[in-house]
Amino acid sequence: MNWTWFHKLGSPKWFYGISGKLLPWLSVAAVLLIGIGLVWGLAFAPPDYQQGNSFRIIYIHVPAAMLAQSCYVLLAVCGIVGLVWKMKLADVALQCAAPIGAWMTAVALVTGAIWGKPTWGSWWVWDARLTSMLILLFLYFGLIALGNAISNRDSAAKACAVLAIVGVINIPIIKYSVEWWNTLHQGATFTLTEKPAMPVEMWAPLLLMVLGFYCFFGAVLLLRMRLEVLKREARTSWVKAEVQTSLGARG
Amino acid sequence: MNPLRRKRLLIILAILAGVGIAVGLAMSALRENINLFYTPTQIANGEAPLDTRIRAGGMVEQGSLKRSGDSLDVTFVVTDFNKAVTITYRGILPDLFREGQGIVALGKLNADGVVVADEVLAKHDEKYMPPEVTKALKDSGQSAPGANPQPAKEG
Repeated sequence: MNWTWFHKLGSPKWFYGISGKLLPWLSVAAVLLIGIGLVWGLAFAPPDYQQGNSFRIIYIHVPAAMLAQSCYVLLAVCGIVGLVWKMKLADVALQCAAPIGAWMTAVALVTGAIWGKPTWGSWWVWDARLTSMLILLFLYFGLIALGNAISNRDSAAKACAVLAIVGVINIPIIKYSVEWWNTLHQGATFTLTEKPAMPVEMWAPLLLMVLGFYCFFGAVLLLRMRLEVLKREARTSWVKAEVQTSLGARG
Repeated sequence: MNPLRRKRLLIILAILAGVGIAVGLAMSALRENINLFYTPTQIANGEAPLDTRIRAGGMVEQGSLKRSGDSLDVTFVVTDFNKAVTITYRGILPDLFREGQGIVALGKLNADGVVVADEVLAKHDEKYMPPEVTKALKDSGQSAPGANPQPAKEG
């Protein structure tokens, strides 16, 4: 197998160039998808027959929760790439994605609590889904703290990569918690194999929101990574040239 | 892939598998404790301890809800379509509480096999539907899928 494309991906300069081209597309897509999805979901989608309008928080809750978990899987993949191929960009991605994932987890937990009060009658219960999601939040906190606590960049990268990889065990636990145990949280509405237990006028805005959240995540991640790459590579000639051109373009 | 990288990858995968098995064993050992609630079958089999605060969950049986005329006392039967358990509660029930709906009640099991609840939580399922669809389904003689008597998920 030819691995050159893969190693090219690890070059900060190449990444900086390609991400600069991707960024506007992702940002525009995120704004459009989230804008349309939000208005459609919150104003035009029909209310639920049992929960009425309070079910509409699903349009924030579900995308945030999906992203929180996907982001952690991304961290684990970055961890493996960083440990096995010693790719510096993997560490950049790991450090930059962790705070976004933590925010998404927090959003999922808070919207879940707001949703839980009117439907279940309680802000919080210690059921398997909620608890494993809280553990995910603590894993994110641990990663962020670990990355900042160790001043040597290489040691910090290694430690974070190990924590990210070990913590990924939590992801299948979150995913299947509603099937393995009796929980108050309902099962998955969407599966890859079956038709969603929701009519199309309800899930279409949700799909837009999910795609929009992923585009938003991609755009924010690229922004943060580009800044981090510039910081870390500040002494190289290509960064100096890049800064010179952007300064020149402005003034 | 060069041998060094292959070795590192294998070590990482081995560690991941090891941690996975360890967590899996711990989870299966804790399995009963992680369940949020006891099902009526478990209570009938005597698995739930007496006089300690437990949670009981299941579907509210159709036609079993009895309200007291002069207080907030309610009595209802919760079933998993196998065994049933009676629950008494004093207080305001959540909006989603209705017959045929899944609930979780927190309270003590007394010697008569009745759960005296001090908190009732409504469980809702993963199905969502506009009200017009439910009405149309009802009119055509079918019950709404969401309101179908369907056993609460068992562990």
